Amino acid sequence: MKTWILAGAAAIFALTAPGAAFADKTKVTIYTALENDQLGPFKQSIEAAVPEAEVAWVRDSTGVITARFLAEKDNPRADMVVGLAASSLLMFEKAGLLEAYKPAGADQLKEIFRDPKEPYAWTGMDAFLGAICFNTAEAGGAAAPASWKDLLKPEFKGKIVMPHPASSGTGYLMVAGWLQSMGEEEGWKFMDGLHENIAAYLHSGSAPCVQAARGERVIGLALDMRGASEKTKGAPIEVILPKEGVGWEMEASAIVKGAKNLDVAKKIADWVATKEANALFSKTYAIVAYPGVENIPANYPAGAEQAMIKNDLSWMADNRERVLAEWSKRYESKAAPKK
Amino acid sequence: MGFRRAGLGEAQVAGALITVVCLVLVLIIALPLWTLLSKSVQNVDGQFVGLANFAAYVRSPTLVASLANSVMVAGLATAIVIPLAFVYAYALTRSRMPLKGLFAAAALLPIFAPSLMAALALIYVFGNQGILKSWMMGASLYGPVGIVAAEALYSFPHALLILTTALSLADGRLREAADALGTTRRRIFWTITLPGARYGLVSAAFVVFTLVITDFGVPKVIGGQFDVLATDAYRQVVGQQNFPMGAVVGLVLLIPAVAAFFVDRRAQKRQTALLSARATPYFPKRDRQRDWSLFVFTALVGSAIVATYGVAVWGSFVRYWPYNLSLTLNNYDFANVEPTGWEGYVNSLKLAGLTAVIGTAFVFVGAYLIEKLIVFPRLRGFAHFLAMLPMAVPGLVLGLGYVFFFNASWNPLNVLYGTLIVMVINTVAHYYTVAHITALTSLKQIDREFEAVSASLKVPFWRTFSRVTAPICMPAILDIAVYLFVNAMTTVSAVIFLYGSSTKLASIAIVHMDEAGAVASAAAMGTVIMATAIGVKLLHVALNALVFGRLQRWRVR
Repeated sequence: MKTWILAGAAAIFALTAPGAAFADKTKVTIYTALENDQLGPFKQSIEAAVPEAEVAWVRDSTGVITARFLAEKDNPRADMVVGLAASSLLMFEKAGLLEAYKPAGADQLKEIFRDPKEPYAWTGMDAFLGAICFNTAEAGGAAAPASWKDLLKPEFKGKIVMPHPASSGTGYLMVAGWLQSMGEEEGWKFMDGLHENIAAYLHSGSAPCVQAARGERVIGLALDMRGASEKTKGAPIEVILPKEGVGWEMEASAIVKGAKNLDVAKKIADWVATKEANALFSKTYAIVAYPGVENIPANYPAGAEQAMIKNDLSWMADNRERVLAEWSKRYESKAAPKK
Repeated sequence: MGFRRAGLGEAQVAGALITVVCLVLVLIIALPLWTLLSKSVQNVDGQFVGLANFAAYVRSPTLVASLANSVMVAGLATAIVIPLAFVYAYALTRSRMPLKGLFAAAALLPIFAPSLMAALALIYVFGNQGILKSWMMGASLYGPVGIVAAEALYSFPHALLILTTALSLADGRLREAADALGTTRRRIFWTITLPGARYGLVSAAFVVFTLVITDFGVPKVIGGQFDVLATDAYRQVVGQQNFPMGAVVGLVLLIPAVAAFFVDRRAQKRQTALLSARATPYFPKRDRQRDWSLFVFTALVGSAIVATYGVAVWGSFVRYWPYNLSLTLNNYDFANVEPTGWEGYVNSLKLAGLTAVIGTAFVFVGAYLIEKLIVFPRLRGFAHFLAMLPMAVPGLVLGLGYVFFFNASWNPLNVLYGTLIVMVINTVAHYYTVAHITALTSLKQIDREFEAVSASLKVPFWRTFSRVTAPICMPAILDIAVYLFVNAMTTVSAVIFLYGSSTKLASIAIVHMDEAGAVASAAAMGTVIMATAIGVKLLHVALNALVFGRLQRWRVR
């Protein structure tokens, strides 16, 4: 028995003891919601620009990583947050969890991508848009929607999925986008009509487009780049930005207050604001913070910058609770028995 | 064992051991839960607000609907699974039908795969682009139908494991006596078989009910518009980072667990030990009619399970479902869609191995102390209560509780946070209940006479434990180890908050790949996990056949 316990203890130690120390690199823990396939190139690029850094990602979906960061706030584990929705960073900033730091070169970035408040805490990277994924193979001859109002047509009844705004940041950015661009009254009226055609509100920001891409649904309202990447993989879909304009959000980065490796983190924050970094962002997103950096990813819809509505991120943050409560009152109580 | 030399009395050793078990359970179950649930009486900024959150939740229109939905879905799944699993377990233990081993393996298939895989498989088969969509007769899979089907599939082996244990330890003398007296088969079933398995039936029903009511993975993927309590909790915590409201929903979800505890206590009082010291194992006689009808039943259920998962495996080789059905191995090159590539799989193996070894040892010894000792009844009752709790706690709630508790700056254990160790502890805690019930079910069937005789012979209980109890229960102990191993391979909802930058698991990679639209890669990783778990199970079967055939032989007269 005793030797068994000893052997067990030795095994635990061997399995969990940290590996041999890595020479003179500083391990920087970065929380992120970047897409999986972006992590490798980002790490490479950061480590090339900041040779003393070794990037250790903790990646999850926006909601999970945000919840985790807030849950850890008494004893933060992350040095930095890179590639997380700005609305989450606004929440962190309000809770006093971010280190005040303005990266060198932040002033060159487009204005909307800069933290407007003092002290300066976060820097925008790129914008993502709420788009329509339309499956042409399953549409049964229906014309592709060009306007949000087209989604109200009876032929789409029960064929549309969108993210649940209380579960997914993408869902909320679409709702907030309609309310801001159409005005509150018109916006709610539009959603009343849309609700009649909705098959389900899903609990993920990319699932609607994935389902449309796989023909499970005809129309999925979701992130622009998810649609583009599904199309590239061979899905018979079109990614549409309706003519009235679309709601959007941005990915941003910041240093965590109490970061254990502040100096290296500052250098990485500087990197985020460089042209090289933005060129990397633009491989996935059409609109990035650095002026003049442009690269339309494969199958990405044209005219994205023009399609972005005038979006007030702090309006989105301040009205979130009220909008979600109203949304839930209108659509949730009668949502369950929907056939 | 060194207790003797230290000159300690048996009672002191028993007291000390029970206290240790209680302390560990408090540390790994009660405190993390308390840290999170105490937030239910605070507002988002951490001030005490009394029951305001509960009042707000009761007033919200979603509660009644979600509560009713949850109870309905869980009730339906239980009503479907328990009879099926009982007959299946009966066929495996009380008949002479052929291919038993194969059927036992087939039925366990769902336990080898993450719950998400059941949902993925059903979407491949019955989804709007499914192969057998016509069987749905126009109804949509997304909603209660899909949830009940996927959950029934997923929870079937959990029930089967408990019921097989309950039915496999039986006293052959009772049947012999009944046969000798010419008792009808129906009467034997109602008066001997069923009462003997009552404890297992009650436990299995509660395990299935609580598994279904606390799972959010399946409703999230396949639930469509149908809201349940677990997705409410998900929406509060992950969608809105509202921990207090998440804690409120978590508390509501605890109700079935508390109910289970009290029902379990009552069932326990009525259960008499079936395996007395003079018991002999039961060997069913050949009976063509019974054996063949059971064979047809198990073949139908078993092949339905295998076929569903088979489709998901096939899907993992398909290039782009449903538009390009050519086969490829590309989906197994995980580095394309997941930066950690195959690393997550290695982490999963480590986690599963450690969980199985540490968890099994602790659970079984704990269960023995709780069940077989006579000292400190209050402490033992408390330990049992704690052991029954995790079943009812949604993984999400347990995981967050671990973040708050193990990451707190005042907690000296916070050095463990982010390491594999804390994930091992969490996984043991998360799956404690079923392992505990399995251990108890098998311990309860051993007569206390063994302990009484040992005591009168002045043999300390630990010797009885190592010489008698543990060897008799070895099959159940191995079952527990395998159960913990496969669950550690497939767990998602609790550890998703706990993994660090170098400890990401394969099961979490599945969720990420599914979200990123790499459904085939998700199915592929699911297939790899399933293959591993099946490999472990095969090893288990081989061990059982080679070693324990010999160890159990003494019971034959």
